[in-house]
Amino acid sequence: MHPAFSVIFLTTLSGVGQGLFLALFTGQSYAALGLVRVNDSPTFYTVGSFIALLFLGAGLAASFFHLGRPERGWRAASQWRTSWLSREVIVLPAFMAVVFVFGLLHYMGWDPNIIGADNPLQGQLSLFVGMLGALICLALFVCTGMIYACIRFLQEWHSSLTVVNYLLLGTASGFTLATAYAALYAPNLLTLFGVWAAIITFAGLISRSASLIRNARIKYKSTLQTAIGVRHATIAQSSQGLMGGSFNTREFFHGASQLMFKSIKWIFLVLVFPVPLALLWAGMNLHAPALLLAAFVVQYLGLIAERWFFFAQANHPQNLYYQTI
Amino acid sequence: MTQLALVIDLNVCVGCHACVTSCKQWNTSGPAGYMSDDNPYDKDPTGTFFNRVQSFEVGEYPHTETVHFPKSCLHCEDPPCVPVCPTGASYKRPQDGIVLVDYDKCIGCKYCSWACPYGVREVDEHLKVMKKCTLCVDRIYDTALPEAERKPACVMACPTSARLFGDVHDPDSEVSVAIRENGGYQLMPEWGTKPANHYLPRRKTRIQIHDDELLRADNPLKKEGRKPRVVIDEHTLDDVTSW
Repeated sequence: MHPAFSVIFLTTLSGVGQGLFLALFTGQSYAALGLVRVNDSPTFYTVGSFIALLFLGAGLAASFFHLGRPERGWRAASQWRTSWLSREVIVLPAFMAVVFVFGLLHYMGWDPNIIGADNPLQGQLSLFVGMLGALICLALFVCTGMIYACIRFLQEWHSSLTVVNYLLLGTASGFTLATAYAALYAPNLLTLFGVWAAIITFAGLISRSASLIRNARIKYKSTLQTAIGVRHATIAQSSQGLMGGSFNTREFFHGASQLMFKSIKWIFLVLVFPVPLALLWAGMNLHAPALLLAAFVVQYLGLIAERWFFFAQANHPQNLYYQTI
Repeated sequence: MTQLALVIDLNVCVGCHACVTSCKQWNTSGPAGYMSDDNPYDKDPTGTFFNRVQSFEVGEYPHTETVHFPKSCLHCEDPPCVPVCPTGASYKRPQDGIVLVDYDKCIGCKYCSWACPYGVREVDEHLKVMKKCTLCVDRIYDTALPEAERKPACVMACPTSARLFGDVHDPDSEVSVAIRENGGYQLMPEWGTKPANHYLPRRKTRIQIHDDELLRADNPLKKEGRKPRVVIDEHTLDDVTSW
């Protein structure tokens, strides 16, 4: 497939926003249970939610560049019964709304105890909204992943690992950003976010490697024989019926050289996993926010490469019809 | 239930591209809007087509055959492109099984083209919507046309009648008979999309001739030649039958 930068930015940016929100909610949950203490917590959560909203909004904006007719984008919410894309179109703004409410509750300090005033658990309303947000956030990861995993013709994508990768890699980048953010404004949460970021990044390494191994062993269901229905071992295309290219040759081939294709795989494997892990470790030990910020930037750049490779690696069966000019 | 479809006879197709040009001519002039082209008379011409003719070489030289292969939307009975559409612009008509795109609802997200294993949906680069074969839906029901012309433009144009059009659910229709009697098959059956369009395979017509069939025993040119004689020392028919 041809990697479209609109979709690459949509999925990576919204992954960061979702992961950052999950980190904030994790921090607040730990604080509510008394496991950590957050100084000036309202500002920390408000600004954090605002940053998450910025990333989600940027992702949403990027998605419009993918559409030929963005002015009709609202129609995309209509087919949620059958289309995962339609579900994502509904869930992404819904998630942004919950993140906004979450940030607003902290900003305004509206945090009544809805279970009971004498309950030792404080901040019940924002925790409740946060839990709702976390559920919608997971639903959004599932929607995003299923957009790709549900297309059975793209066998590289048609796997539950696709959904797991979207979940883990998005969450990892969000937690890495949260670590840098905490290093600057809430040092008490530094270890919590940093350790989780490392754990999730490591889990992402395992699941992404698993999908790479799986994709290297794929046996394609369609062949030139089934594509044109001729039973012969030797079939070669002599003409694809057009000479100047078409949508079929532009949309379904990545067009990069084999060398670049292979290098991008190794580039993302290095940038997404070992480098951020090392920078996280160094930044946490040296208490250097710059290193932690670098960890996030490196991981995000790596994720752009990862997403590029994710699209480029998928081999569409229609390509069988477009082998020779 | 009706399922309109094309049956394409690969045994007859000569790869002349008449179906491609007639399709483009009819559909670019239709009420649904033009099918845009870039550099049509220049270097690297490209544009939107509903129908393409491709060629494949089967076998190894000198035992090769060229198969010309017209490819357009197969109007699957279980179309994978339809449920993925987020706007409902892609739909399958219940009354005749034609898969269509509502160009006024399409947002041009290209997701349906990813979900089609045959690569028969093409985005119009200028109108920014997904386009595909309509089976000339604006032609086949047009009562202003003579009945014989209420067929897709590609079927009308084919000089060798390699394209048949009809209802594949009616067992007595021309297309059903052709599929049944000439080994009609579907493309990429492994995906379970149940394409309505069928292809008829290459067929060889052979007769077996034995040597004695080449030599006429009662050749009149050999009338003057030696005739079989009665063998005297054997019984004749008169000896063994009683009248």
